Amino acid sequence: MPSVTEQPQLLEIRDLTKGFPGVQALHHVDFTLHAGEIHGLLGENGAGKSTLIKVLTGVFKRDAGTIRLDGDDIAARDPADALALGIGTVYQEVNLLPNLSVAENLFIGRQPHRFGLVRTGEMRRLSEKLLAGYGLDIDVANPLGTYSVAVQQIVAIARAVDLSAKVLILDEPTASLDAQEVETLFGILRDLRSRGIGILFVTHFLDQVYAICDRITVLRNGRLVGSRPIAELPRIALVSMMLGRELAAEALHRNQRKTVTGEPLVTFKDYGKRRLMEPFDLEVRPGEVVGLAGLLGSGRTETAKLVFGIERADSGQAFVDGKPVRIATPRDGARLRFGFTPEDRKTEGIVAELSVRENIILALQAQRGWLRLIPRRKQEEIADRFIKLLDIRTPDAEKPIGLLSGGNQQKALLARWLATEPRFLILDEPTRGIDVGAHAEIIRVIERLCEEGLALLVISSELEEIASYSDRVVVLRDRRHVRELSGSDVSADTIMTTIAGH
Amino acid sequence: MIRRHLPVLITLAVFIVGYLICLAQFPSFASTRVIGNLLTDNAFIGIVAVGMTFVILSGGIDLSVGSVIAFTSVFLAVSIEKYGLNPYLAFILVLGIASLFGAGMGFVIHTFQIPAFIVTLAGMFLARGLCFVLTTDSIPINAPAYGLITDIAFALPGGGRLTFIAIVMLLTFAAGIVLAHFTRFGANVYALGGNRTSAELMGVPVAKTTIRIYLLSSFLAGVAGIVFSFYTSAGYSLAATGVELDTIAAVVIGGTLLTGGYGTIIGTLVGVLIQGLIQTYITFEGTLSSWWTKIAIGALLFAFIVLQRGLSAASLRTR
Ligand SMILES: Nc1ncnc2c1ncn2[C@@H]1O[C@H](COP(=O)(O)OP(=O)(O)OP(=O)(O)O)[C@@H](O)[C@H]1O
Ligand SMILES: [Mg+2]
Repeated sequence: MPSVTEQPQLLEIRDLTKGFPGVQALHHVDFTLHAGEIHGLLGENGAGKSTLIKVLTGVFKRDAGTIRLDGDDIAARDPADALALGIGTVYQEVNLLPNLSVAENLFIGRQPHRFGLVRTGEMRRLSEKLLAGYGLDIDVANPLGTYSVAVQQIVAIARAVDLSAKVLILDEPTASLDAQEVETLFGILRDLRSRGIGILFVTHFLDQVYAICDRITVLRNGRLVGSRPIAELPRIALVSMMLGRELAAEALHRNQRKTVTGEPLVTFKDYGKRRLMEPFDLEVRPGEVVGLAGLLGSGRTETAKLVFGIERADSGQAFVDGKPVRIATPRDGARLRFGFTPEDRKTEGIVAELSVRENIILALQAQRGWLRLIPRRKQEEIADRFIKLLDIRTPDAEKPIGLLSGGNQQKALLARWLATEPRFLILDEPTRGIDVGAHAEIIRVIERLCEEGLALLVISSELEEIASYSDRVVVLRDRRHVRELSGSDVSADTIMTTIAGH
Repeated sequence: MIRRHLPVLITLAVFIVGYLICLAQFPSFASTRVIGNLLTDNAFIGIVAVGMTFVILSGGIDLSVGSVIAFTSVFLAVSIEKYGLNPYLAFILVLGIASLFGAGMGFVIHTFQIPAFIVTLAGMFLARGLCFVLTTDSIPINAPAYGLITDIAFALPGGGRLTFIAIVMLLTFAAGIVLAHFTRFGANVYALGGNRTSAELMGVPVAKTTIRIYLLSSFLAGVAGIVFSFYTSAGYSLAATGVELDTIAAVVIGGTLLTGGYGTIIGTLVGVLIQGLIQTYITFEGTLSSWWTKIAIGALLFAFIVLQRGLSAASLRTR
C-alpha cells in the first residue's frame, strides 16, 4: 500500500486567514488533504478547527488565502456550493431539521423526482437502505425530532457521507455515539478511504485519532503547529503539540479509588416510571462519585432525568439526608440544591444570545429568584472565576455565548451549575467535546468538589474515563439497572462485559 | 402518526361539531345552496390563505395581502373601465405586478435580514398607497367578460351552485397541497421554518426559496384580488382591509404553527371554512351583530394557540 503522501493532493489550503471582531481565529494556516487519507484536525477548544471548516465550505468568507480542490482554485459561496463541489460536511452543531422526516433530512435538495414531483416512496426506500448500512432500522417517515440525539447524529453522518463525492468533513461527529456506533462509523470511513475520498476528522478523543487517522494537523490559537503522520507520533508528543506544554500522563486519571462510607446524601428506592425506566435503587454519599454506564438508550439519561425531576417518577420514594422529599419538577430538584448538566447542550443548555456571564449566573439567579438580582459586581466576579478555573476561551465575559467555540460553550454550561454550589450534581457526558487539557482540568475540579463533600452522579460513554474517576459504577441495560460495581471491580473491562451481558 | 396530525384532526373535529350545531338549529345548512355559498363567499380568503400558509410555514408573515387585493381590484377597475384594456390582458398584467411586488419583498427580507413583519408592513402601506394614487372612488366594473365569468357555475343537486370563483379556490388548494407536500420547493419551505441556519448548512437555497415564498403569496393575493373583483364587480381603495389578519387567523386555526415548520394546507382550508361557518351562522341567526363573528374567531384562535403550546410541550416531554 502506498503511503498517503504519495497519493495525489486533493485539497490544498494555503495561508488561510480569518478574523472575527476581537478574535483572530485563523492566522496564515496551511493544510493539505490527500485523496484516500483520514486526516485528524486537532487542537484545543477555540483553536480554530470549526472556523477552518466553515471557511472551506463557504459559511464564512475568508480574509485571505487560497483553497484548491483537485488543483483548481475554489471559493464556495455557501454550503450548497460546497456540496456541489463534492464536499460533504457534518458541522459540529449537528442540527438537522427536527420537523422534517428522516427521509427528507437525508435527501433534501436532491429528492428523487419525476415530472417535478418528489417520489416519496422511492425516497423512503433509499433512506432505509442508506441507514441500514449504519445498522439503523427506524421509520424514516417520522419527523427526525422524535428520535434521540444519537440517531440524529447518525442521520447527519449518513447524509454527509452520501453527499461527499471527493471530501468528507466530520466536526466532532462521534460526540453522542456509543462504542459500537463509533466502530460502525469507522468501518464506513475505512471503506470511503479505500475509494479515494479524502476525510477530515475533528475529535477530542485521542483513542479515536490513533484508531483511524493516517495523519494529523494541529492548530493552536489559530496558528498551524504542524502536520505529522500519526504512526511516528507518540501520544505525549501529540498532547504537547496541542497544548504547547507537557501534560502529566496521570493528570487524566484519579489515582486511588476510595470507599466512601457514611450516611447517603440522596437515596432513591424503587424509583421508576412506567415505559421509561424500570424501578431502581440508588444511593450517593457526600464525597462520592457514582458512574452510570451503558449503551445509548439503556436508560442512563432517563435515570438522570428522573432523579432531577425532569421526568416525574410514578413509583418509589426519594430521600435527601434520610428525609422523604418530592422531586416532581426540575424546580424541586434545584430547590434541593441538585444540579444537572444535560447531554444535549445545544438545545437544552445555552442561551446563544446571552453573554457568557449571563449564561454562567443563570442557574444561580434562578435559584435565588429573579426579584433578588445578583449585584453586577458579584456576577462579574463569579463569571471571571469560572472563566479562569475552566479556562474558557473568550475575549471577555460579555461576548454572546453563541459565538464561542463548541467546547468553550460546554465549559460555560458546566460553570453554570458549579456556580450554584450544588450538594448533588448530575453530569451527563461532562467531557464531551472538551479538549484534553480542559478535560484534565474538569476532572481535577470534580475531585476537588468531592473533597468538599459534593455527591456526584456522572454519565459517560467513555468507559476508561468513567472507570478512572468513579468510586462505584452502576451498569444499565434495557432501561434497567443491572449491576453495581465497586472497589476493584471498577474497570473498563468489567464494565464492558457487564454491558454486553456476559 | 395520529399525534403528528393531531392539530388538523382537532380543527376538523371543531368544524364538524360546529356544522352539526348549525344543522341542528337550521336544517337548511344541509342544502347545497348554503354549502355552495359558503365556498363562494370565502373564495378570496381561501386563495390568499394558501399563500399565507406557505409564508407562515417558512417562519415568516405577510401583512401586505389585504392591500394587494385592494390594489388588484382598483387596478382592474381603472385599466378596464377608464382605459378600456382587455380584461384578460389586465388580469395577466396585474398578476405580473403582484408577483414582482412579492419577489421584491422576499428579496429585501433575505438580503438585508429584516424581519418579514416589518418589510411586509411597509409593503402593506405601499400597496394601499398605490390604490389611492390610482383612484379614491369606488369604480364599478361593467365589462361583459365579468358577466360571462360570474355566470359560469355548476348546478349542484338541490339548487346550489358551485361558482367559478369557488372552483378557483378549490383548485388553488389542490395546487397548494401538491406544492407543499410533493415538491422540493415545499420541503425547502418546511426546512426554512424548522431552522433557518440548519437549512442553510444543509444546502437549502435560502435566498431563492424566500423570494419564491413571498412571490407566491403576492401572486395568490393578486388572484384573490381578481376573484374579489368578480365577487364585488368593483374596484375600491378601501376594500379588503384587515383581510391579512383574517387570513392569518384561518391559517393558525387550521393547525399551522405561527413559529413555522409545522402545518398543512388542507388544515388551512378547514380553518377558512370554520370562519365562514361562524359568519353564516350569525347571518342565519339574524339578531346577533356581525361583530360576534370576530369575537368567536378571537376565542377560537386563542384556544388553538393554547392548544398548540400544550401539544408541543407534551411532545417535548415524551422525547
Ligand atoms: N461567528 C463567530 N463570531 C465571532 N467569533 C467567533 C465566531 N465563531 C467562532 N469564533 C471564535 O473563533 C475562535 C475559534 O473558534 P472555533 O469554533 O473555530 O474553535 P474550535 O477549534 O472548533 O473549538 P472547539 O474544539 O471548542 O469546537 C474562538 O475564539 C471563537 O470564540
Ligand atoms: Mg469546533
